[in-house]
Amino acid sequence: MTTSGRMGSWAKRLRGRTAVIGLPYLWLLAFFLFPFIIVLKISISEMETVQFKDLVAYKDGLLTLTLKLSNYVFITQDPLYLKAYVASLKYAFWTTLLCLAIGYPFAYFMARAKPTTQPALLMLVMLPFWTSFLLRVYAWKGLLTTDGWVADLVIGSGLDQWLVAGGLIPAPGKLMNTPFSLVLGMVYTYLPFMILPLYGNLAKMDLRLLEAAQDLGASPWVAFWTVTVPLSKAGIIAGSMLVFIPCVGEFVIPELLGGPETLMIGRVMWDEFFSNNDWPMASSVAVVMILLILVPLAIFNKYQAEAQEVRR
Amino acid sequence: MAATEADAAFLRIEGITKDFDGYKAVNDVSLDIAKGEIFALLGSSGCGKSTLLRMLAGFETPTAGRIVLAGQDLAGLPPYERPMNMMFQSYALFPHLSVADNIAFGLRRQGTPKAEVSARVDAMLKLVQLGKYAKRKPHQLSGGQQQRVALARSLARQPQLLLLDEPLGALDKKLREETQIELVNIIESVGVTCVMVTHDQEEAMTMASRVAVMSEGRFLQVGPPHEIYETPATRFVADFIGNVNLMDGTLDVDEADHCVIGSADCRHYVGHGITGSPGMAVTVALRPEKIHLSRHAPADGEFNHVRGTIKEMSYFGSFTVYHLQLASGATLKVSQANTQRHRDDELTWGDEAWAHWSRTAHVVLTQ
Repeated sequence: MTTSGRMGSWAKRLRGRTAVIGLPYLWLLAFFLFPFIIVLKISISEMETVQFKDLVAYKDGLLTLTLKLSNYVFITQDPLYLKAYVASLKYAFWTTLLCLAIGYPFAYFMARAKPTTQPALLMLVMLPFWTSFLLRVYAWKGLLTTDGWVADLVIGSGLDQWLVAGGLIPAPGKLMNTPFSLVLGMVYTYLPFMILPLYGNLAKMDLRLLEAAQDLGASPWVAFWTVTVPLSKAGIIAGSMLVFIPCVGEFVIPELLGGPETLMIGRVMWDEFFSNNDWPMASSVAVVMILLILVPLAIFNKYQAEAQEVRR
Repeated sequence: MAATEADAAFLRIEGITKDFDGYKAVNDVSLDIAKGEIFALLGSSGCGKSTLLRMLAGFETPTAGRIVLAGQDLAGLPPYERPMNMMFQSYALFPHLSVADNIAFGLRRQGTPKAEVSARVDAMLKLVQLGKYAKRKPHQLSGGQQQRVALARSLARQPQLLLLDEPLGALDKKLREETQIELVNIIESVGVTCVMVTHDQEEAMTMASRVAVMSEGRFLQVGPPHEIYETPATRFVADFIGNVNLMDGTLDVDEADHCVIGSADCRHYVGHGITGSPGMAVTVALRPEKIHLSRHAPADGEFNHVRGTIKEMSYFGSFTVYHLQLASGATLKVSQANTQRHRDDELTWGDEAWAHWSRTAHVVLTQ
């Protein structure tokens, strides 16, 4: 009796839990997986003049299944796509690295600041979200064109010579529509996404561990690299993913701040969809992009989960 | 002779003061600790013992005074350059490193060659009997095992001085008792000089060769555990260490071999003289376990006994503490060992009883 009663309440509790956990999964299923399957379907469809054909057709007693794979073959053959993918990954990588380099010290000192000043600092990080993202990116156009004060500053200080040497701008004095302006815009936009998880992680670190490290002969600098950084790994990973993933598929920032040499995959996709009106081709490009991001992530997650398992 | 003198003051603390914005956490404290000694700083929280330990480790800078270890003034040396290691309260083990890497951490920082590091780590693991757990992460260990890893980590560099901050505070009572002895054995086998901080008097008494009782940033008494317990210097120390009955009285007779003190409920005959003058106010301290309890009045004389009613009884298993209500309204705590399982004339609530004690049971406190 008691057992079945307990089982009953357990089942009830399980149902409640399932509902709470299940809803987000239903959401992801409805708005990520199904659309993805649709995109996948479109990507292997045959294009007619305006519409793409269904995969399965029945005509004259003949059931035909048409799977067009040539789009994928084309992606591997036309260097345009490969170049765009590589460029996307490259710029996303540099953006992530720069965000980490700027965001980590910032998050670190924010987490070590007086508890009374931390909310104000946190507020400042989130302040940009109060203005439209599009406006803020647009504002950079004004700042980086020939008369913009940021441009004046960079050119006046001779920094543009270095940027030319680094291959980030084609010629001295020209900052807009270059890899420089693109990466600058992406770093500017995505920096808070790096800072916030890092701050969350660093703020809850046990500071006695640093004392223990010092007691065992580590200078503050060594203690930072041997204790603080390894312990903030989860924050670094979370922040890097939040920056890297959206950067790969970024369309607006390259469109506004990028130039002819900064063709990224988001732009290619846009062109396929809306200029060429070739939906199957565009879908193929999208599928490859998603796989390019998801597969390494999945492998990484599996590795992380296994490492956790070992640790338990 | 010079060598032994240096040994007697292996660690010398001279007039150390720590001022936190006008609040003196440690107030002009001086102390010599001999080589090989296990020294305990005992006090309740906020007494300044942890601040003193942190000054030794280098995490706090003294406002005044100096600390000299083996002839070397430690002023200005950052924690990572001091020849001492600390076992932190609740251990502060590195969660991202395995047990072996935790122990090796300090050795790697000082650039010990690889082979030597692993040999040393193995030796440490053997010392604390954790050889099987080398590859585990700290959170996979029990509290007692973590404590031993922390000990091994702080001993790995062969420090000249070992600092222990509440070494057993995170363990439960049963384990604490076993670990106290084990910890002392390990420290003594290594032969390292040790300063520990604790609020647990039992821990201080069982582990340390000398104890300093601290309150409000000052040392009240420094001495071996039995001396602190049996001859406390002040009322505070008598009250802080163990259980005690304190009776205020006046000195009536003071001879070389005895003195007589009158208090509200009885007259005390103390088997030694104190250098005082008749009429001065003194306090008599009596430990509960040094008092005997019976139903009948003791045969001899007018001294060292008192009659009362049992108001309260606390049974502790091996002993029982009786609270005797005296005529003056004061309470006398008497502890009796339970040497038999049953007694026919068991004393119980509301019974009248006589308490008596010997002439050597008292401590006379003049401050």
